[in-house]
Amino acid sequence: MIPLSWYLILSAALFSIGLFGVLSRRNAVAILLGIELMLNSVNVNLAAFWRYGDVTNIAGQVFAVIVFAVAAAEVSVGLALVISVYRRRNTVIADELDLMKW
Amino acid sequence: MTGEQITFLVVALGTLGSALMVVTTRNLVHAALWLISTLFGVAVIFALLSASFLAVVQVVVYIGAIAILFIFAVMLTRKDMRDQGPQLNKNWWLGALLAVLTFGGLFSLLQGWSGWSKTAAVIPSSFDAVNELGNALTSPTGYVLPFEVASVLLVAALVGAVYVAFNPRSGDSQK
Repeated sequence: MIPLSWYLILSAALFSIGLFGVLSRRNAVAILLGIELMLNSVNVNLAAFWRYGDVTNIAGQVFAVIVFAVAAAEVSVGLALVISVYRRRNTVIADELDLMKW
Repeated sequence: MTGEQITFLVVALGTLGSALMVVTTRNLVHAALWLISTLFGVAVIFALLSASFLAVVQVVVYIGAIAILFIFAVMLTRKDMRDQGPQLNKNWWLGALLAVLTFGGLFSLLQGWSGWSKTAAVIPSSFDAVNELGNALTSPTGYVLPFEVASVLLVAALVGAVYVAFNPRSGDSQK
């Protein structure tokens, strides 16, 4: 059997990799890729705690389904913003997007 | 070492390796393809956790929709970023330090917890997780309200995304 700690270590490592991507990539699309990794690591944690806790309490899976929906909403709005900014400023580098209004 | 453990280790190493490639590779199309590999690894982890519905949704929603959306966005915005200039900002070492500290902090915090090396209980044969999940998401005593709020949020976000990304100038030129 796999102990719970293996899943928790995997999830913490995935979250840290996503955090590194969010903090250090210059491209706005790559920052969104890092956020996706972080959301996925949270889902692994939720599913693992559901499986290793009380299996008949389904709340962990319900929460993971809602995280899926929120991730889809987040990525659609985020990419729409990136495309809109690219049309106006012709760049997707986060450092260069330093004006409140063009 | 049982077969389940070997499967977990192989999949976990593949997932983490692909995740590292997502945040370090220069070409963003390759980063999006590595993201698909990572997401597939997470789907296998869900299957190992016997969360079958989550595994299927991971493949359908994440790989089928979100990753394809990323590839579209990369292709629509990749004129100037392709292979020139640094891909990481100049404070990248600070981000790496913070990520390592986060991992170390989570690890040491969880190691002191009593459930750290817990093993999974056997699922009773009369228990059908997918059936339970469907009931919980639609019953008024369960989670129907959060579920409906999530669907309204999704509709609002998609309408907002169309509005934000809509280009009025290209709309005029088509008339």
